[in-house]
Amino acid sequence: MKSLAELQALKQKAIENVNLRKEREDGTRVVVGMATCGIAAGARPVMTAFLEEINKRNLQNVVVEQTGCIGLCRLEPIVEIYAPGQDKVTYIKMTPEKVARIVSEHIVNGQVVSEYTIGSAGM
Amino acid sequence: MQEISLNILDIVQNSVRAGATLIEVELREDTDEDILSFSVKDNGCGMDSDMVARVMDPFVTTRTTRKVGMGISLLRSAAQATGGDVELTSEVGKGTFIEARFSYSHIDRQPLGDIAGTMTALISMNPEIDFCYRHTFNKRVFELSTKEMKDILGEVPLSDPTVAAWIKDYIDEGIANIYGGAE
Repeated sequence: MKSLAELQALKQKAIENVNLRKEREDGTRVVVGMATCGIAAGARPVMTAFLEEINKRNLQNVVVEQTGCIGLCRLEPIVEIYAPGQDKVTYIKMTPEKVARIVSEHIVNGQVVSEYTIGSAGM
Repeated sequence: MQEISLNILDIVQNSVRAGATLIEVELREDTDEDILSFSVKDNGCGMDSDMVARVMDPFVTTRTTRKVGMGISLLRSAAQATGGDVELTSEVGKGTFIEARFSYSHIDRQPLGDIAGTMTALISMNPEIDFCYRHTFNKRVFELSTKEMKDILGEVPLSDPTVAAWIKDYIDEGIANIYGGAE
């Protein structure tokens, strides 16, 4: 049975992560569109998958954030990735299945998964 | 929206955008009374009565403001499809209260879905906001307050991925308990 007391133990572990994060200002931001359109299209499981994948890989310099509707509702769920030294990359029609590949190839290794991007949609 | 919990996620986003610092989500399931209801109460900027009248209309609201949009009308049609409804009260400068009621056993009632995922998403995406979550299933209650968690965590934010993973497990377990786990 989980209890709030466990949070105390978790805190110690997390503090080290927070300090690491502070030292590295060059972090990556994962921004998930969470307006009505994004939510209806499945943004929540995508966001959860990013959190889980980042936690599993113990990535210290990645944050997951939310944003509103960016006006391309038919392409939701949309995820934007801001990596240091790179232009913003916009991934469209995201699914939890696509997340692991984006985390390992793009966030960890810096290789954009171009077939999932808005650029590959031919617009 | 395929799940009631996705409606909740969407509705709470309105409170986030209204600048709330405290958001209370209450979910009640009562199979004897055949009711499933949820309410969201915030201390955000609120709306005037003119706006309250308009938020239920999807065509008016989506064109005039980005603050509310389609969400409430989607919720209302989902609730009304089961014989339920949505009620909304708001006061400028004080905050907004919205409640949606569904018939629990109605064939058109959406499943509740992943409410732990919804609350975790809201908490970890908005670590500066205090959330209270209260979930009742036939008089058995699970409660959570992020203020308590913040007190324990200190400088560690609720958005920390390790903390977020723990919160999701904590809520999942708490809800499994009120659904029929050990007393």
